[in-house]
Amino acid sequence: MSTYLPTDNPPDEPSRLVDDFVPTLIDVGAHHLCPGCGEPIAMRCVMEAIDERELTARSVAVFGIGCYTAFSNNLDIEVLQALHGRAPSLATGVKRSKPSTIVVTIQGDGDMVSEGLQEVLHAAARGENITCIMLNNGVFGETGGHMTATTVLGQRTKTSLEGRDAALHGRPILLSSLLAQIDGTAFVARGAVNSAGNVARTKKLLLRALTAQEQNAGFSFVEILTMCPTGWFIETEEAPDYLNDNLAAVHEPGVLKDVLGQ
Amino acid sequence: MTLRMAPQAKDPQLLQGSEAIADAMIAAGCRFFSGYPMTPFTEVLEVMARKLPEVGGVCMNAESELEAIGMAWGAAATGTPSATGSTGQGLSLMQESLSEITLARLPLVVLNMGRAQGDYYQATRGGGHGDYRHLVLSPADAAEAIDLIGLAFDLTERWRNPVVVLGDYYLAHTARSVTIPAMKTRETPEWALDGSSGGTRHAKLISPLGTAKQRDDVGYDIAVHYADCVAATNEMIANVEPLAEVESTDDAEIIVLAFGTPGAYVRAAVRQLRSDGLAVGFIRPITLFPFPSDLVARATQGVKSVAVYENNQGQMLDDVRLAVLGNAPVHFIGGLSLDSSGFGIAPDLEVSVLVDRIREVAAR
Repeated sequence: MSTYLPTDNPPDEPSRLVDDFVPTLIDVGAHHLCPGCGEPIAMRCVMEAIDERELTARSVAVFGIGCYTAFSNNLDIEVLQALHGRAPSLATGVKRSKPSTIVVTIQGDGDMVSEGLQEVLHAAARGENITCIMLNNGVFGETGGHMTATTVLGQRTKTSLEGRDAALHGRPILLSSLLAQIDGTAFVARGAVNSAGNVARTKKLLLRALTAQEQNAGFSFVEILTMCPTGWFIETEEAPDYLNDNLAAVHEPGVLKDVLGQ
Repeated sequence: MTLRMAPQAKDPQLLQGSEAIADAMIAAGCRFFSGYPMTPFTEVLEVMARKLPEVGGVCMNAESELEAIGMAWGAAATGTPSATGSTGQGLSLMQESLSEITLARLPLVVLNMGRAQGDYYQATRGGGHGDYRHLVLSPADAAEAIDLIGLAFDLTERWRNPVVVLGDYYLAHTARSVTIPAMKTRETPEWALDGSSGGTRHAKLISPLGTAKQRDDVGYDIAVHYADCVAATNEMIANVEPLAEVESTDDAEIIVLAFGTPGAYVRAAVRQLRSDGLAVGFIRPITLFPFPSDLVARATQGVKSVAVYENNQGQMLDDVRLAVLGNAPVHFIGGLSLDSSGFGIAPDLEVSVLVDRIREVAAR
């Protein structure tokens, strides 16, 4: 089915080099994440949105723990590294102490929904003027592919070998849908990075969320569906379609709540 | 930040310990406080919620101890003098964050308004993961608590390491005549986050994983950071002066040790025995870490025996034995607080009871 490039003897030139550049506000272009991972694309969207809104010199990103933590010492904006699940309370402390800052959290689904669900719910209910960003791939990627609270029914993980079974493992939490019902939230949306069109749409959602924070409108939230071919146990090039057919079929992309004026 | 409160020392006031501690924190420059109600810590949170906004500070009634310590962590990262706290039970929940805050080299004052004295190990050894130490200060009354709160904010600012102030139920709920010191303002440290270094190619990073990168400039080099943390911790321990209250030890044959509020009761018992002619001395460690080991070692040279009172099963006992190092037998004369309230209102915390226990040690 697939053609493989030998990793023990890689070609001198990438087979299909379109462009070679270091994305905006990222220090080093290389990263240690797997081929086909969606998180670097999501990170690039976030950094480009901060740059476009000219918020670079007043932003603080609070990072959770996951594969994306590889970026927490690779950015040209200020970063506070939190514990697994705890970024929203740290972000609250930063924002309340320095209200002039723009504070975003970068967390995964394991971090935000499994370990730290109470943190994000309370931050939303407080109407905390921060932007929480969840990179949702439905799996604990960093530990090697284990079930999280957003893993969809039928999804195979190392701790749901025959696929997630509602009777055995319970059902996934649709965090964006939950947050949209909370009065303190100003903007809640779900995007994806599995196609060029979805990447462009996700960036617009991030810009909108930052606008909400700039206007002190309340809690803003963007969930970004990302590919994890390693944690999904599939071929790299199958991951964008797998995301579409499985993750996005349950966690449906779109704007769930927007109280901002036009 | 403008301070509306007059920057001079106030007249003596009759204040409950909790209120004295809260006022002392504000006077010491604390401008962020977060907590979750729990007896006997609750009143500190109440007073901070009322008074901190008056000086432009922020007090958060967090949704759990996990969020209380998280909020304080975030505030501390902005260079805002910050504090949080709870009882030992609540601090158990905060330990994971306390470990990481220490590795991130952030200043923070942490109150433990304990129930009885069972949190000595938790405070001095730490209940969290990894290699770290916290400075631990233990006041015997509200007046000393006010001084130690000021010292705690100075030490945490100087060493970028959390400082624990270990109190108890009596300290929190006993009213004393005290004087709150003059308002202190603190400079924002150069490492503090405010977003402004973004886009300079040298944006600030505060992380328990450090700021050192691996050789290929991608990812953290934790080994470098951990070695730096060890060096910083050792420098702190070598330079923080251990404090203790010492009384009539020069000619003593028996030396009795106690910390915190029970120390005041033990001191009264020792004074009574002295007036009865018994050659007994008293040491009350004020810094529980670093423990005043050299002082205890010198004072116990050639004594007949050493006694330790604690309202627990014997925890400081270990540090005393390590300091005495076999120079004299060390007897435990304390015990668990078994009162039904659970708050550690020790039935044996009675001068006549303590006098009898010290006499028993003398008779051995």
